[in-house]
Amino acid sequence: MSEDHIVTSFDNDMRELESLFEEMGSIVLLQLKDATRALRKEDRKLAKKVVKGDKQLNELERELNDLAIKILALRQPFALDLRYVLTTLKSAGYLERMGDLTRNMAQRTSTIAKAEAETGPIETLIRMSELVQAMTEDILKAYKSRDSELAKIVRDQDEKVDMAHNSLFRELLTYMMEDTSNISACMHVLFIAKNIERMGDNIADIGQEIVYMATGEWPDSKRIKGDKTSSIILS
Amino acid sequence: MINKTEITQEALSILPPIMTANNVDVFYGKKQAISNVSLDIPENQITALIGPSGCGKSTFLRCFNRMNDTINICRVNGEIKFSGQDIYDPKVDVVALRSRIGMVFQKANPFPKSIFENVAYGPRIHGLAETKDDLESIVIQSLKRAGLYDEVSDRLSEPGTSLSGGQQQRLCIARAIAVDPQVILMDEPCSALDPIATAIIEDLMETMKEKYTIVIVTHSMQQAARVSQQTAFFHLGELVESGDTQAIFTNPIQERTQNYISGRIG
Repeated sequence: MSEDHIVTSFDNDMRELESLFEEMGSIVLLQLKDATRALRKEDRKLAKKVVKGDKQLNELERELNDLAIKILALRQPFALDLRYVLTTLKSAGYLERMGDLTRNMAQRTSTIAKAEAETGPIETLIRMSELVQAMTEDILKAYKSRDSELAKIVRDQDEKVDMAHNSLFRELLTYMMEDTSNISACMHVLFIAKNIERMGDNIADIGQEIVYMATGEWPDSKRIKGDKTSSIILS
Repeated sequence: MINKTEITQEALSILPPIMTANNVDVFYGKKQAISNVSLDIPENQITALIGPSGCGKSTFLRCFNRMNDTINICRVNGEIKFSGQDIYDPKVDVVALRSRIGMVFQKANPFPKSIFENVAYGPRIHGLAETKDDLESIVIQSLKRAGLYDEVSDRLSEPGTSLSGGQQQRLCIARAIAVDPQVILMDEPCSALDPIATAIIEDLMETMKEKYTIVIVTHSMQQAARVSQQTAFFHLGELVESGDTQAIFTNPIQERTQNYISGRIG
């Protein structure tokens, strides 16, 4: 919205809401990058740092929730302002969940590294994570500039994450069948993969919120979902 | 919620409008207060007219029962129809018209008479009651429809001015209802009332719309959002945008509407 609000403190509240969301976004991105580096290097210390770092994200989300409720109760926003507050509130929930998934990823990395277990190839996992990192960067840009077109593009990119997840799922199944002693480590890797796949879904959901925020319409076409692992059986 | 919008929008378009305004201009002397406004008023719905002070919303409201006739320098061009009939036709009996299209004002203005007489006045001058019993039943019925009867049933002979502000406003609504109108115009009916008295009137409007069509001018956007099905936004004498209330307050089409309802232009 180009013009300033008549009530200056209203603008201040809205700007604070925006900056809280952006701060959450940049922390999620940093956490995911660290968690991925910890996984690649089997770095337990870095993994522990990620686990601890999630707390900050939860606190920011609580702060954002309080502010959004305050704006709704005291300022009673309408139209774009209303859509902005509601979609930011919901999107912050998605970011917080991404934080939880990242923390879980780091916990499992710690376990795998400690056991010095055989996990098989993790390149696909790294690639998935990098895809999700790029999506996170773009979705934060789309939020800041209220760019519904960019949000739609990011939303559709989730299919690539799903595809990578499918192939990793098959790969790990084969690996476990070859040698049953791999199973315990592979299960952890599989859960990490599922975590990253879920993060992609969360970003796609934020994309949907941004489209509604910017246009007032929910994106019409159903998102292409590529996750086929619920129907994969190897025999 | 989405389904509800669709139903409301459908309802707005299916019901034939009870009143229509086509290309209405209003002048006060040389100054143009309303430019080229066209708006349909759907039957048995509440239409809210919103906009900053001086935008012409009250002027426009007053066109619907020719209240502007009382101002000498005021001139109305264009066409306003009520049930298909042009109300500015010279043959129209204005007094009869105003009994079909009643009005409630910002400040409650009871006559300096008893509660009973305030309501009985209209039916009496319009000859709506043949007997004393008829008149009494009209008065009681009207007070009931205005949600006031239970509070005043034991003191109908006390002066109308002895009531509280909210009760006085409901007395004025009862007075408007007593002559059996089809449309009720309300010009800022709650702006002098506290939140509880306001809530009572808003609740009353919700039940009234089953029998009447209501057009309300309000400064409170929250009130427009709460009570109306259709909202029309006026700015500088123009109708900027009108439509389903939920759509106007969540996703207005015009930037001027967006800026006004979100507090960026006054």
